[in-house]
Amino acid sequence: MIGVESLGGWGQAATVIGIVLLEAIVLYVGYGALEKLVGSKLIAAIRGDQ
Amino acid sequence: MEIFGIAASLLVMFTGFGLLIGLLFGFFGMGGSFLVTPALLVMGYEPSVAVASGLAFVFGTSVIATLKHRDLGQVDYKLGVLMIAGTTAGIEVGKQGLHWMESLGIAGTVVSVAYVVLLGGIGLFVTRNALKDDGGGGISHDADVDGDLDPEDIPDIAKKIQSYEVPPMMTLRGGVTVSLWMILAVAFATGLLSGFLGVGGGFIRMPALFYLVGVPVPVAVGTDLFEIVFSGGIGSFLYALDGAVDLAIVAPLLAGSALGARIGAAATSIVDEDEIKVYFGVMLLLGAIAVAVRKIGGVIEMPILDTVALVIIMGAALLVSSAVVYSSIQELRTPSADTDSITAD
Repeated sequence: MIGVESLGGWGQAATVIGIVLLEAIVLYVGYGALEKLVGSKLIAAIRGDQ
Repeated sequence: MEIFGIAASLLVMFTGFGLLIGLLFGFFGMGGSFLVTPALLVMGYEPSVAVASGLAFVFGTSVIATLKHRDLGQVDYKLGVLMIAGTTAGIEVGKQGLHWMESLGIAGTVVSVAYVVLLGGIGLFVTRNALKDDGGGGISHDADVDGDLDPEDIPDIAKKIQSYEVPPMMTLRGGVTVSLWMILAVAFATGLLSGFLGVGGGFIRMPALFYLVGVPVPVAVGTDLFEIVFSGGIGSFLYALDGAVDLAIVAPLLAGSALGARIGAAATSIVDEDEIKVYFGVMLLLGAIAVAVRKIGGVIEMPILDTVALVIIMGAALLVSSAVVYSSIQELRTPSADTDSITAD
C-alpha cells in the first residue's frame, strides 16, 4: 500500500510494526483530545443533565 | 470509490468491525485475533495474511487499550513483567508438548478438544461464580485499585495461593501480597496452555490473574493487555519478516478499534465487576460453541459450518458489546455512578 514491500526482511518488518505503533499512538492522542472536548458533554447528555 | 487504493466500502466495513472488536478488547483484555482471523479467512484472505494481519491489529489495539487502562491506574507493570517472563517459558514448554503430540499424530484432535473444553470450562466457571455472587461478593466498579481489597472479594483459590509465603513477597495493585514464585508458577501454567493450544492466551490469563493471583478484575484486564503489547508485537514482527502483514486491513481496523478500546476500557470502571464476569463467561461459552462447530465442519468436510461458526462469533461479539454499552449507560444514569474515570486522561 505504501511501498514497504521494497524493503527487505528486518527493514520491512520494523517499518510495518513502526507504522502500526505510530498509528496506534496518533489515534490514542487524537481520540483522547476528542474525548476531552466532548466527553463530559456526552456523559452529561447520557445522564440527562443540562 | 477508492481511498489509498482500498475500496471505500471495505474501509467502512473494517472500521466498523474494528470498533466492535476494540470495545470487547478494551473491556475484557481478549478477543482480538479470536474474532479478526476467522473473519478474514471467511473473506478469502490467505491464512498467513489473516493470522499476521490479525496479530498486527491486536498489537496496535493492545497499545491503545493499555494506555487507556494506565490512565485509569489499572496496569501493574511489575506483575506484567513477571507474567511475561513466566508465560514465555511456559509457551516454549507448551510448544515442545505440541511437537511431541504431532510426532504421535494426535495433536489436531487433542488440541481441538482441549481448546473447546478449556474455553467452555472457563466460561461456565466464570459465569456460574459471578451469578452465584448475586452482586454482594464482587468488587464494585468504583473500587480503588490502589487501596486494600476486602478479603471477601478475593477468590478462595487466590487466598490459598497468597497463603504460601515463600520469599520474596510482592505487593501488587489492589493491596494484594503474593509470593514472586507463585506469580511465576501461574504465568508458567498459563503460558504452557497458550503454547500448547497455539492461542494468544488472553482468555486464560485474565481469569488466572483474578482467580489465582487475586488482583481486582480491572487490574487483571489492564495487566493482561500490557502483556499482549509484547506478545502481539513480537508475533506480528515475526510474521512481518515474511511480508504477511497487510496494512490495508490493519489500518482501518485500528482506526475503529482505537475508539472502541477507549470506550471498552472506560466501561470497566463503570460497569459492576460481576457483570463484567458474566459477559466474559457468555462470550467464552459462545466462542467454545463456535470453535466446536468449526472443528466439526472440518472433520465432516462441510465448509458451510465455518460460516455458521463465524456468524455465532460475530453474533456473540455484537450481543456482548451491546450489553456492555447498555450497562454503562444504565450505570451512568444512576445518581451514585462514578463518572470521573471515563474522562481521566
